[in-house]
Amino acid sequence: MSMPFYVAPEQMMKDRADFARKGIARGRALAAVRYSDGIVIVAENASETLRKVSEIYDRIAFAGVGRYNEFDQLRVAGVRAADLKGFQYSRDDVDARSLANSYAQMLGTIFTHEMKPMEVEILVAEVGLASSGDQMFHVLYDGTVMDERDYAAIGGDAEAINTRLAESWSEGLDRAAAISVGRVALGGPDREIPIEDLEVADLARTNGRRCFHRLDRADLGF
Amino acid sequence: MPSFSTGDDPGSSFPELLRRVGLGPVPIAGLSTDVMRELSVPHATTCVALTYDDGVVMAGDRRATSGNLISHRTMEKVVEADRHSGVAIAGAAGAAMEMIRLFQLQLEHYEKVEGTSLSLEGKANQLSMMVRGNLQQAMMGMVVVPIFGGYDLRRGCGRLWDYDATGGHYEERDYVATGSGSLHAGTVIKVGFRPGMSRDEAVNLAARSLWEAADADSATGGPDSLRGIYPVVATIDADGWNRLDDDDLATRYEAIVAEVRSR
Repeated sequence: MSMPFYVAPEQMMKDRADFARKGIARGRALAAVRYSDGIVIVAENASETLRKVSEIYDRIAFAGVGRYNEFDQLRVAGVRAADLKGFQYSRDDVDARSLANSYAQMLGTIFTHEMKPMEVEILVAEVGLASSGDQMFHVLYDGTVMDERDYAAIGGDAEAINTRLAESWSEGLDRAAAISVGRVALGGPDREIPIEDLEVADLARTNGRRCFHRLDRADLGF
Repeated sequence: MPSFSTGDDPGSSFPELLRRVGLGPVPIAGLSTDVMRELSVPHATTCVALTYDDGVVMAGDRRATSGNLISHRTMEKVVEADRHSGVAIAGAAGAAMEMIRLFQLQLEHYEKVEGTSLSLEGKANQLSMMVRGNLQQAMMGMVVVPIFGGYDLRRGCGRLWDYDATGGHYEERDYVATGSGSLHAGTVIKVGFRPGMSRDEAVNLAARSLWEAADADSATGGPDSLRGIYPVVATIDADGWNRLDDDDLATRYEAIVAEVRSR
């Protein structure tokens, strides 16, 4: 019988993280941008049917990058958690922070305990009743949570996109301007993302109870 | 966060998810019909629905009664199930309201998990299962009898379903009435119904039917101009659910009153 090789825990964690990062970097990125009435999420996605951005609850949206089957599994788990909480307590008690924490727990456990970490990064966004209540949580493959206020980029090349967002974002944008900020930041200086490769969703206070709204090409109006 | 293994997943069903996490309905067992009667739970009364040119009209009075007493004056038994459908419920108010809540949640849950809405017929079948789930309570007197109506986006028309206490559901072409005043309300619609009515005509007929039901059935509430309480009347067409505001209904009922007075 052969003995397994000893692998130092540091090395093992590093290998897993590298593995997950590589998987995520292969996919296209997405950006969320806060504007006067809420948050727009702009994703580069060639598919019309396999969505990266979707609705979780009245005021909460989910966006994922990386392996589709893995973040879709997380999306469904989020919808279930939110609907259960809303049923058990009230619709007002469902919030993005506790949802992001649950995601972090789940991803953290999978990262350390499972054969393979999830190759995903997700974003949980919530619009408040007033603009001061808007918030975004960025959850990494290992369960690290970061909260973002004005804009966020996840996926491959997120750092560069974040830098571009920082340069062009300003307080009080309208929706069209926010979408354009996201689109330009995703594309970079020498590439314009064609409109048919954009998936855009809007999480707006003005949409009534269910704030989430998908924008089709006509809504985008470029 | 709930997670399930492949092949053991509740899918897009919210009631099944509730059962799996231990929040499913608690069966009320061992209570006789007599005990239930003594508890005198509030009962919701008359609701009607009819089709018109572009969709369906649903209407219900606002009264709930416990025995001979009025227990609520502002109950809303006709509610939006989702953007293109509505449900109206008569019967034991507690069970009925809980059923509506669960039904609304199920439609929304399905839509979010699957990324697309259930078909109108799928929604009608879902409601049927919920009514059947209530059968045990129905046998103890807590009967819940809904009407389901909506706009079928695939076929481009309004459709209606009638239910019985065992969950049997029957599609109706023209109109449905349920609850204690359904005999009177249903007759008014039966006499006044014409295929291809306009929205305005259909709304007036629904309002009139509730007026006549309230006139003859003590458990049905009429328009209460003193308190500003009017029946819930809503239409569902290609643009979705649209509830008429109280000012509009006040005008319509004033016209009915004037007409009755001039006879």
